[in-house]
Amino acid sequence: MTLFWQILIDGFAISSLYALGATGFALIFGVSGVLNLSHGALMVAAVVAAWAAGDQLHVGPYAGAAIGVVIGFAASLLTYFLIVRPLQQSSKIREEEKEIFILTATLLWGIMLQELIAYLYTNNAKTVAPIVEGVVSIAGVRTPSNEIFTAIVCWLVIAVLWLLVNRTRAGKAVLAASMNPRGVTLLGIELSQVYIAVWAMYGVLVGVAGVLLGMFLGVSSYSVGPLTASAFAIVVLGGLGSVSGALIAAYVVGYLETLTAYLISPAYRTIPALLLLVAVMYVRPRGLLGRR
Amino acid sequence: MRSASTTRVLLIALAVVIVVSFLPLGVSGYILGLLTIAYYFGVFAMAWDLLFGFAGEVNFGPTFLIGTGAYTAGILDNLYQPPIWLCVAAGALAAVAGGVVLALPALRVRGPYFGLTTLVAVLILQNYVVVDAPLTGGEIGLTIPDVITISDAANYEIALWFMAVSGAVLFALSRSPVGLILQASGQDAVQAGALGFNVTKHKLAAFIISAFFSGLAGALMAFYLSSASVGTFIDITVGVQIIIAAVIGGRRTILGAVLGAIFLIAMSELLRPLGDLSNFVVFAMALVVVLLFPGGFFGLLTRSKEHG
Repeated sequence: MTLFWQILIDGFAISSLYALGATGFALIFGVSGVLNLSHGALMVAAVVAAWAAGDQLHVGPYAGAAIGVVIGFAASLLTYFLIVRPLQQSSKIREEEKEIFILTATLLWGIMLQELIAYLYTNNAKTVAPIVEGVVSIAGVRTPSNEIFTAIVCWLVIAVLWLLVNRTRAGKAVLAASMNPRGVTLLGIELSQVYIAVWAMYGVLVGVAGVLLGMFLGVSSYSVGPLTASAFAIVVLGGLGSVSGALIAAYVVGYLETLTAYLISPAYRTIPALLLLVAVMYVRPRGLLGRR
Repeated sequence: MRSASTTRVLLIALAVVIVVSFLPLGVSGYILGLLTIAYYFGVFAMAWDLLFGFAGEVNFGPTFLIGTGAYTAGILDNLYQPPIWLCVAAGALAAVAGGVVLALPALRVRGPYFGLTTLVAVLILQNYVVVDAPLTGGEIGLTIPDVITISDAANYEIALWFMAVSGAVLFALSRSPVGLILQASGQDAVQAGALGFNVTKHKLAAFIISAFFSGLAGALMAFYLSSASVGTFIDITVGVQIIIAAVIGGRRTILGAVLGAIFLIAMSELLRPLGDLSNFVVFAMALVVVLLFPGGFFGLLTRSKEHG
């Protein structure tokens, strides 16, 4: 019975983290059709910034976390202005080819960040000093308070995002742009402003998700690829462009991985989720809640 | 690009290959070794370009096909020591089988969805190789007891002419009616189907051809290195480098992919003094090419020819 609770609790924390990471990814795709393959690198950049602030500048955990989020935010906007926007507005590339150019360019950008991080701060795994320490007992399972903190923050941020998108004017413009970009421009809303708003939101999400991941599991520059792949997988499983689909898929993948790690072997952790993904794509190619 | 006829381009390329084939007379074995790898890489990139540039399939998993070829050949040689050509042929055949497996989802799902399937294929192959260590050598890698030849010059010529023949076949194919149909089905499968072309058959053919050359090149390269490891044949970063080579060389040109591959290998060698930063600079240069010259090197070459 303890094992059951342990899987339930651990799975919940890791799934919440996946959900937060994938939400931003889904948002960007839903609004601008961009699959940002530098996602993992942006997350790792946020973690390494938080780690460096704590480890080398000796700031407290709160300041460290804040610096991490700010770096994630800045890196996201930099990605948009340096890579995505020039390609979107390029007249040399044919419209139908832009998608593949953005894929390639963000992939390259992500690897560049990865190499730069490895160069500046080595490949070693970095763990960010947690804001909450200690252990509590839930249903007989000794759970680090940090795990509970992670899940709570993830859901708070997702809730704020939901309010932002559904209740504010800028958020509604974002929502409208995801449904019909041309319609939004006809209403006199500058599409590039919407994109900037989305990338800004995405930056905060990436920063928070990164810092939490750094406190929970720790990352190294090798995590860049797997992080991008897991966000991609979750978003496809949920249905590209569907944020609620991504949330559900994050829990499916998170629990499947935790179950495998506990019941079979940590070595096979990712395999069942990958197989599930392939199966879903055969049966229902547009994902769980996909529209297109 | 249309202006240059297929035969003319092939003749120019043949002249270049013949000139380059004399390199072993004046160049050190070390540089020959680098170029040998670059040529195999060129074949990987050309095979990828056929599938992606023409058939329009977002294939993030070229290394699935290459790894299948390399490991099949290597494991066969390890277990039974048959003649090397048999191992290489088996590798190519296994890759073709892998290509058919990969093609099945491509006929159902499109775009990013298919891209993810190919990514998953690579991850599953990688997991399999790591887990089934007694057979595959696991994370340490597989040692292949036999080599085709130990002469640097001979290995160089094998790679060069293999690349030349593969390039000629793939290039001629891309310029043939079949290439046009592939391009049409890549851009709008429904319309191509409505015009009476069998889209499924052509796409399957593209997968099989791409897989054949990928697997053959993978198997030959494994024998050249006399080892196979996840890091050299399967890892996603290898796939990314192949994609980068094809894109900076010039998409949908087949031959441009070779230029991209040689550029990548040469650059990472020239920048070696920079140490760990060298990869960063190589990728930054590739990014600049993608951002500023979307046609790639081949696009630049053919454009300057048109103006001149």
